[in-house]
Amino acid sequence: MSDKQKLVVIGNGMAPGRMLEYLFERAPDAFEVTIFNAEPRVNYNRLMLSPVLSGEKAYEDIITHDDDWYKTHGVTLHKSARISSIDRAAKTVTSDSGITVSYDQLVIATGSNPFIIPLPGHDLDGVLTYRDLDDVERMISVAKTGGRAVVIGGGLLGLEAAAGLRRQGMDVTVLHLMPTLMERQLDPAAGYLLEKAFQDLHIQVLTEASTKQILGYDGKVVGVELADGTRIDAAMVVMAVGIRPSAELAKLAQLETGRGVIVSDAMRTSDPDIFALGECAEHRGQCYGLVAPLYEMGKVIVEQLTGNNAAAYTGSVTATKLKVTGIDLYSAGDFAEADDREEIVLRDAAAGVYKRLVLKENRIIGAVLYGETADGPWFFDLLKKQTDISDMREMLIFGQAYQGGAPLDPSAAVAALPDDAEICGCNGICKGAITGTIVSKNLTDLDGVRAHTKASASCGTCTGLVEQLLSLTLGDSYDPAAVTPMCGCTDLGHNDVRRLIVAKGLKSIPAVMQELEWTTSCGCAKCRPALNYYLVCDWPDEYADDYQSRFINERVHANIQKDGTYSVVPRMWGGMTSSTELRAIADVVDKFDIPAVKCTGGQRIDMLGIKKEDLPAVWADLGKAGFVSGQAYAKGLRTVKTCVGTDWCRFGTQDSTGLGIRIEKFMWGSWTPAKLKMAVSGCPRNCSEATCKDIGIICVDSGFEIHFAGAAGLDIKGTEVLGMVKTEDEALEYVVALAQMYREQGHYLERIYKWAKRVGFDEVRRQIMDEPAKRKAYFERFVFSQKFAQIDPWSERVSGKDKHEFNPMAILQLEAAE
Amino acid sequence: MNALTQTWVSVGSIEDIPRRGSRCVDYGEMTIAIFRTIDDRVFALEDKCPHKNGPLSQGIVHDGCVTCPLHNWVISLETGEAQGADEGETRAFPIRLDDDQIMLGLGKS
Ligand code: SRM
Ligand SMILES: Cc1cc2nc3c(=O)[nH]c(=O)nc-3n(C[C@H](O)[C@H](O)[C@H](O)COP(=O)(O)OP(=O)(O)OC[C@H]3O[C@@H](n4cnc5c(N)ncnc54)[C@H](O)[C@@H]3O)c2cc1C
Ligand code: SF4
Ligand code: FES
Repeated sequence: MSDKQKLVVIGNGMAPGRMLEYLFERAPDAFEVTIFNAEPRVNYNRLMLSPVLSGEKAYEDIITHDDDWYKTHGVTLHKSARISSIDRAAKTVTSDSGITVSYDQLVIATGSNPFIIPLPGHDLDGVLTYRDLDDVERMISVAKTGGRAVVIGGGLLGLEAAAGLRRQGMDVTVLHLMPTLMERQLDPAAGYLLEKAFQDLHIQVLTEASTKQILGYDGKVVGVELADGTRIDAAMVVMAVGIRPSAELAKLAQLETGRGVIVSDAMRTSDPDIFALGECAEHRGQCYGLVAPLYEMGKVIVEQLTGNNAAAYTGSVTATKLKVTGIDLYSAGDFAEADDREEIVLRDAAAGVYKRLVLKENRIIGAVLYGETADGPWFFDLLKKQTDISDMREMLIFGQAYQGGAPLDPSAAVAALPDDAEICGCNGICKGAITGTIVSKNLTDLDGVRAHTKASASCGTCTGLVEQLLSLTLGDSYDPAAVTPMCGCTDLGHNDVRRLIVAKGLKSIPAVMQELEWTTSCGCAKCRPALNYYLVCDWPDEYADDYQSRFINERVHANIQKDGTYSVVPRMWGGMTSSTELRAIADVVDKFDIPAVKCTGGQRIDMLGIKKEDLPAVWADLGKAGFVSGQAYAKGLRTVKTCVGTDWCRFGTQDSTGLGIRIEKFMWGSWTPAKLKMAVSGCPRNCSEATCKDIGIICVDSGFEIHFAGAAGLDIKGTEVLGMVKTEDEALEYVVALAQMYREQGHYLERIYKWAKRVGFDEVRRQIMDEPAKRKAYFERFVFSQKFAQIDPWSERVSGKDKHEFNPMAILQLEAAE
Repeated sequence: MNALTQTWVSVGSIEDIPRRGSRCVDYGEMTIAIFRTIDDRVFALEDKCPHKNGPLSQGIVHDGCVTCPLHNWVISLETGEAQGADEGETRAFPIRLDDDQIMLGLGKS
C-alpha cells in the first residue's frame, strides 16, 4: 500500500467517475484512491435524472458505479462528506464530518451549483432547484400532493423539469424571461415550435415573464407574482435559471479562480499537484455545462497522472439534445445571424419539421434540428471537421441519406458513415471504436457495448445508432430483444413495463397493450397475469381485476390438483386453531366426502380432492365456522408461522404468536409479485424457521430483529438482517413497508430474495430503516390498497360471484347425439 | 365426417361464457370445453390436455389458444394441436353460432 501514490478526489460526479474508469484501465494499481462526495450515495448518471423525475426510470437504473465497483477497485468512498478545507502546505483535505486525508495528487471536481435568484421568498419551503437526486425526490414528493408547479427558466433543465412534473400529474407553468425558449441553443423559429409542443403537453409557457416575488404562507410556497402584477398559485417553484461553477473551496485554498477554478491545458490549477475537473473548471476562459468536454478533460488528467506531460486539453465544441419523450430537438454550434453567414432552412409544417444550417465560407458553423434529428450527429461531424460542403450544398439539408444519388435507407446511411464519425456525442465514441470492440470482445448486445465502450451509456439518445451498428456488425445474430422481454408479446422487460404503467397512467390491460405496442392481440399466459398484478398493485382503487387473466388457482380461489380436483386451505391465524374450528373441518370432510386431509408445512390444514362444483358449498360451511380463505393459491400473503412464544415457552422473550396473528390479520388478502411467506419466532432458537422466510422476525429481550430475503424452496438461503426495532408497532410498520416496497418493485413471480438481490440489500435497508418518510409512505400505500383487498373471496363466491365458474353450462344426454 | 350424420345441439348462449374464458359441457363420461375468444369466436375441445389430461377449460385463453393450467402446454383452440415444441392433439368438435346460440356438432365419428 505505502508505495502507492495517494490520489484524492473531491466530488463524485460524472466527470471524476469517468476519469477513474480511464485511470483503472490505464494504470489499475498506480494509485490509492479516496473520493469524497457531499451526496449520500454512489456515482449515478445525472443526465438521466429527467427520466427518473418523469417516472420512466428508477434511481437503480441510473447508477453508474455501485458499491461493488468501489470495492473491486479498492477505492475508499466517503458518502455524505463535504470537503470544507484544503491545506495545501500539509497536503491534506478535511471534510465537514471531520475526516482528514492526505494526498499526493488532488482533483477538485465539485461541479456546479444551481443559481438561485435572490427574489423575495426564494427561501420558502417548496422552492427547489434541479441538480441532484435529492432534488428529484423532493419534486416527486410534492408532486404527489398535486397542484401547480411553476418552473422559472425555459432552458434545457427547466423544460426537462417541467415535462417530468407534468408527467407526475401536476399542472405546470414555465416562466421564461426571454421571448423564446432555449434561446441560447435555438433560433426563434425552433423556439416557437418548442413552445407549441409544450403547450400540446398541456404545459403553460409564459415568455417575457419576469418574476417579482415568490408568495408564501406559513413558510411555504403558495404562488408567484410577476412584474406585471399577475399572480399564479403554486405548490412548488423550481428555479432553473442557470448554474455557477462551484469554485469557493478552491478560492478558500487560494488557488487562482475566475468564474471557475482556472486550469492550464494540462488541467492543472495554479498548484501543480492539484487538478480541477468538470463543470467547476475554467479552461481558456470557458466553463462547460455538458458532459462531453468533461470526459475529454478527465482523459487528459489521467495522461498527466500517469506521466504523459505532453497531454493537453484544447477545448470542445458542444451539441445539445433535449431529453423530453416525444420532442426531438438537436442543436450545435453558433447560429446567430451575421453578414458573413448564409443559411439553409427546411420547413415541413405538416410533419412538424424544421431544420436550419448556418454556413460560413462553405462550412457548417451551426445546426438546429427540430422534429427530425437523426442527421444531427452527421451535421455535427461536418461542423467539427470544418468540412467544405460546396459539393453537397444543394441536398445538404435533406441529410446524409440524400448525398450521392439515390436515397439510402437508415441502416445503409449508418453503414456509409466513415469509421471516425462520432456516434456517441456524450462520450466522444466514433463508429470504428464501436464496431471494433463488438468484434474483438465478441459483444452481442447493447449492454455489452455500453460496458466496453461507454457509447449510449450517458444520455442514451444514440442508442438507435448503436443498435444499427450492432446489427450491421453481427448480421442476423444480433437480437435487440436480448434485454429479456417479459414474454413473446413485447420487447419490453418487466422494469420498463412497470415504470411505464405508472408514468403513462395506464389503467387496464388493453391500455397497456395498446400504448406499449404489444405484438399480439390479447397477450399470453405469461404477460397477462403479470400485467393484471401490476395494475392491481399500482391502481388499487381504480383498476378492475381481470379474472380471465389470472391463473386458475387465483380465479377460483383454490389449488388445482393433478386430476382436476381442488384443494382448500382455510386460514388458521398464526397457526392457532380450536376445537370448534377442527370440528367444522371434520364435518365438512365427512359431508363432502373429501378424500384427503393433511397438515401443511405452513401450520394449517389442507383438504384435498374436492370437486369444483362442490367448492362454493364447502366454503359456505367453512364460512359459518368463521374461516376465510387461506390464499394457499395466491401470489400474495400466504402464512405467518409462529411459535408459542411467551404464552407457553420457557425461553420466549416476546408474544411471537400474538405478533404473528396481528401481522397476518393486517396483511391477509394482499397481492404480491410472488408468494409471500412470513414467520415470527419467540427467541433465537427460531422454532418457526423465520430465518428462511421471505420476511421473518426473531424476538429478543430488547425488541424485534427483522429479517428478509430468505428462501427454502427451489433455492435455500438464510435471511439478511434488515434491522432492529423496539416495539411491536414498529415491527409491524417496518415489515409492512418492506412488503409494499417489494410489491411496487418486484417483477411478477420474483420472490423477495431475488428482488432484494437485484435492487441491493443495502438499498432496501436504507429506504426502510433510514428514511422514515419513505417508510411511512410505503406503509400508507399498503394500508390504502388493503381497503380493496381484504374481502374474503370465498364468502363473495358463496354469495354468487362468478357463479358460471362452478357449474357446467350444459349437461347433454348421450342420446342427444345419436 | 359425413354432414348428414352431424347433429347440432344447442348448449347455451355465447353470453354464458366470459370473453377469454371457457365453460364445460358434460357429455356422458366426457367433458367438452367451450371457449370464447376476445373477438367472440367460439371453439370446442375435449377438456383433456394431450400431455397429462389437464382440464383445458381451466386455462388462460389468449389469441386462438389456451394454456393448460397444469404444465403450461399451449393448445390451438381451432385444431386441438399442441403448439411449439410439444406434440399431441386433443379432439376438436365442430361448433357454430346461430345468432347468440352456440351449436355444438356431435357427429358419429
Ligand atoms: C400444501 C403444501 C405442502 C404440504 O402438504 O405441506 C404445499 C403444496 C404445494 N406447494 Fe409448496 N406447499 C407447502 C409449503 C411449502 C413450503 C414450506 C413453508 O411454506 O413453510 C415451501 C418452502 C418455502 C418457500 O416457499 O420458499 C414450499 C415451496 C414451494 C415451491 C418453491 C417456491 C420457490 O420459489 O422456491 C413451489 C413452486 C412454486 O411456487 O412455483 C411450491 C408449490 C406448491 C404447490 C402449489 C404446487 C402447485 O403449483 O400446484 C403445491 C400445492 C398443493 C395444494 O394444492 O395444496 N411450493 N411449499 C404446503 C402449503 C403451505 C400452506 O399452508 O400454505
Ligand atoms: C437534470 C440534468 C440533466 C442534464 N442533462 C444533460 C444532457 O442531456 N447532456 C449533457 O451533456 N449534460 C447534461 N447535464 C449536465 C451534466 O450532468 C453535467 O455537466 C455533469 O454532471 C457535470 O459533472 P461534474 O462531475 O463536473 O459535476 P457533478 O456531476 O455535478 O458532480 C459534482 C459532485 O460533487 C459534489 N460536491 C460538490 N462540492 C463538494 C465538496 N466540497 N465536497 C465533496 N463533494 C462535493 C456534489 O454533491 C456532486 O455530487 C444535465 C444536468 C442535469 C442536472
Ligand atoms: S414438494 Fe410441494 S410441489 Fe413438490 S410434490 Fe410436494 S407438494 Fe407438490
Ligand atoms: S396436463 Fe396439460 S400441460 Fe401437462
